[in-house]
Formats: sequence, C-alpha cells, structure tokens
Amino acid sequence: MSELLAMGFFQRAVAAALLLSLICGALSVFVVLRRMAFIGVGISHSAFGGVALGFLLKVNPLWTGIAFSVLVAMLIELARARGRLEEDTAIGIFFAASMALGVVFLHLSRTYNVDVFGFLFGNILAIGWRQVVEILVVSVAVLAAIAVFFKELVFLSFDEEMAWVSGVPVTALRYFFLVLMAMVVIVAIYLVGIILVSALLVIPGALAGNLTRHIRAMAAVSVGAAAGSCLAGLAVSAVLDWPSGATIVLLLALGFFGSSFLRGRRFG
Amino acid sequence: MKTLAIRIRDLWVNFNHTPALEDIDLDIQEGRYVGILGPNGAGKSTLLKVILGLITPSRGEVLVFGENPRKLRHAGSLIGYLPQRPLSHPRFPVSVMDVVLMGRYGRIGLGRRPGREDYEIAKANLARLGILHLADRPIGELSGGEQQRVFIARALSMEPRLLVLDEPTIFLEPCAKDELYEIMHGIKEEMNLTVLIVSHDVGAVVQHVDDVVCLNRRVVVHEAPPIGRLALESTFGCSVEYLFHGEIPHRVVRRDV
Repeated sequence: MSELLAMGFFQRAVAAALLLSLICGALSVFVVLRRMAFIGVGISHSAFGGVALGFLLKVNPLWTGIAFSVLVAMLIELARARGRLEEDTAIGIFFAASMALGVVFLHLSRTYNVDVFGFLFGNILAIGWRQVVEILVVSVAVLAAIAVFFKELVFLSFDEEMAWVSGVPVTALRYFFLVLMAMVVIVAIYLVGIILVSALLVIPGALAGNLTRHIRAMAAVSVGAAAGSCLAGLAVSAVLDWPSGATIVLLLALGFFGSSFLRGRRFG
Repeated sequence: MKTLAIRIRDLWVNFNHTPALEDIDLDIQEGRYVGILGPNGAGKSTLLKVILGLITPSRGEVLVFGENPRKLRHAGSLIGYLPQRPLSHPRFPVSVMDVVLMGRYGRIGLGRRPGREDYEIAKANLARLGILHLADRPIGELSGGEQQRVFIARALSMEPRLLVLDEPTIFLEPCAKDELYEIMHGIKEEMNLTVLIVSHDVGAVVQHVDDVVCLNRRVVVHEAPPIGRLALESTFGCSVEYLFHGEIPHRVVRRDV
C-alpha cells in the first residue's frame, strides 16, 4: 500500500476523491432533503450527450458536459414550473433523449478510441493533474456557493412556500441549485462515471440522515461517509484489482444499510 | 377612518379554466381578528394564497396595505404566514430555534447569518407562546400542538402587520383549539396585528373572532353595511355573508353546496 501511495497516479486519485467527497457529501444533504434523487439521475445521464458532443466537436468534454447538463436541468425545471409535465415524467424523457443523442454523437464522431467505458463507469486512476485542478476549481466554487446560501437552501428545503413569502428568491435559488448539481455531477464522473454518479449525490446524505438529528451534523457525517468510502474504495479496489468507481459505490451502499440498521435499533 | 389591511376588488382565480374564486370584493380593516369560514374546497386556501401573492389572480385587484402582495414580499415581510401543513418532512433535521429563525431570513437578507437581535426576537416569540424550553429540540420530535406553536412563533418573528393562519387548529384536540384561539387573541392585542384565520370549524371560530367571512366555492363576498344575511343571500344566491360583531349575531348558515 505504501508503494502505491508513492505513485503519482494514486496520489492524484486520492486528491480528486477527497475533493469530490467534500462537494458530493455537502450537496447530497440537500438532494436528500429536497427529494431530488431522481433529478440527480436525470442530470448525470444527460451528461452523456454533452460528453459525446465534446468528442464530436473535439473540445474538452468537461465543458460540453457541463453545458449540456445545465441545459437539461433547466428544461426539466422549466417543464415543472410551467406545470405542463410532472417532474419525474420530464426527467424520464429528457435524460433518455440526451443519452440517445450521445450515442448518435459518438457514432458520428467515429472516434472509437475514446474511453467510453471510462466515462460510463469512471476511471479515477487515469486522471491527470489537469483534471485534479478542474475538480479543485469546481469544488471551491460549489463549497463557496453552499456556504453563502446555506440558510436559504435550508429554508427552501424545509418549506419553499414560506421561503417565498419571506422574500427569499426561491425561483433563482432553484435554478442555481440545479447548476450546482450539474457541475458536481460532471466532475464526479471522473470518479465513478455517468451511470453511478447519482449514488454520490444520494447515498451520503441518506446515510447521514439515518445517524443525525441536526443538519450541520448531517452534513459533517455525509462528507465523512463519502470521504471514508472513497478512500476505502480506492484501497480495496487496488488490493483486489476491482473497478474503483463501483467499489466506492458498493462501500457507500454497505454503509447506508449499516446506518439503517443502527437507526432501527436506536429509534425502534 | 382606519386604514385597510386588505382590499380586494373583482377578484377571479381560475384553475384549468374552472373558477376557484369568483367575483370577490372584500375589505378588511387593520387591527381586526377575522375568521374565514367555508366548507372543504370552498377556495379558502386559494384566497389566502392570493393575499400572500403565491397565486396570481386571473382577474381583479388585491392590495395588502395598499401594495401588490407580490411586491410586498420584498419589502421586509409585512405578512406572517402559517401554512396548512408546515412540516413537509417529518424528520427534517433542524431545531425549533432554527425554524423560528427562518422567520427572520427575509429581513436578514442573502448571504448573511442571523445576528444577536434575530436570536432575541426568536426567543421572545418562543417565550410568548410558552415553548422557550423546547428551543433546542429537533422540530420533528414535538407534538402537533407544540409544532403549531413553533410555526406561529416563526410567523411572528417576521414582525408582520398581518398574520395569516391556514387551518391552524386542524390537527389539534378541542381544548388545544380553544387555547390557540385565545393565544392568538392575546398576541393580536399585544402586537397590534390584523389576523386572518381560515377554518372550517364554525363553532370555534365564531366564538373568538371579530368578523366572519363566509366563503363558498364560487363566492361573492361583500363587505357591507349590515343589510342582513338574508338580503345578501337572496341577492347573490349563495351562502356568503359578512357578519359584523355586535350588529348581527354570530350565527352562520351554511347552505348545501
């Protein structure tokens, strides 16, 4: 293990995993409290279209991915706000369409040498310092945004109508939160991939909700659970030669079941 | 003449082309304790939401303290609100104090934390409702009656001039209901508030409030000199009344819908 830690690729993976744990753990609290698990799935899957567009246009898939995910998130919110579509129906339609678009984009780009599998399931051990810096920039921005708007986000999660009446800019914050989710989803794809990324936005918060009774403690436990399972997942995957993203998600799920068991014992 | 807290003229609200509120005119004077009565589906909550600015009327004008309510919400919350089901998530991880402080958020503004003054106001309102000892408890662990008091303390922490309560007694025991109306009466006097309380609990409301507004699905409400219930009913053909305390006995006749 110590030889592994001395290697550059593993150091980069650990740095990236810790940063991503921080933002996924923090955002996950609000995703769970606002019951936005499914929209997380929608945003992450629609990123596939954006990433493939990046290959087609030969630009950094990070930017096309973020643009695409933000756009789809906005469309889902717009459809909901107009009241024409139920939110889950809108999500179901938009993410399937984006993924289909992604498949067509990949076909048109004829770049069969790109690591599609890595985008779908994550390949954290392959990232370079450039990606680590991207993750760092996004992490700083997201954490700053959560710190500045923390009390409004809590209010919004608790009672949106009341927040509106109190003069909180509810609509702007709803869109803002979706942008945060889209940004986090895109950088977290490096770690666990498009298919599994929503796990990082749901499980840490759900796990923490089982063990805590106050939102600050919940956020701390959520970040801790994400970081713990990322580090343990990297170690386990290195020792057993398992895929790292899937190992991390499995450990998180295991942690969730453990927390449910503890909660059941504590609260009867 | 006293100022008007609420002035509604020719108000129509449609949902999917079906009128939920129809041709409503209503004046509520500042400083009154007003009960809005009506059967389920009468549009009581809709009327409140129009007054709060949450619903935009299809037609007509609503003024709260002379202002459009949608503008009013930015002007430092003149309306305190108790929603019908304030706790959407039964185990939401915040303390009672956190909830009451939410009433201050509109005044505190974006990106700033509650200061000492906000805590003082929150504490004073918890004390006023007799639940200061619960301040550090998680909101989800309180009984229904205790939670209701927390949400009233939150509404009061907005330092409103108008307090709007949507079915505040719906989940309470009969004794707790009377107690709540009495508490509200005391607070109204002490803080010089206009209070609007929605209920379908005819008996309890009429004992405690100054005025009764009866609302029935498609409604015509007229503030009026006491031309009498029967005259109003025969004129408008529905069971809408505006009864003045002392001038007409507090008896409410509800016609079948």
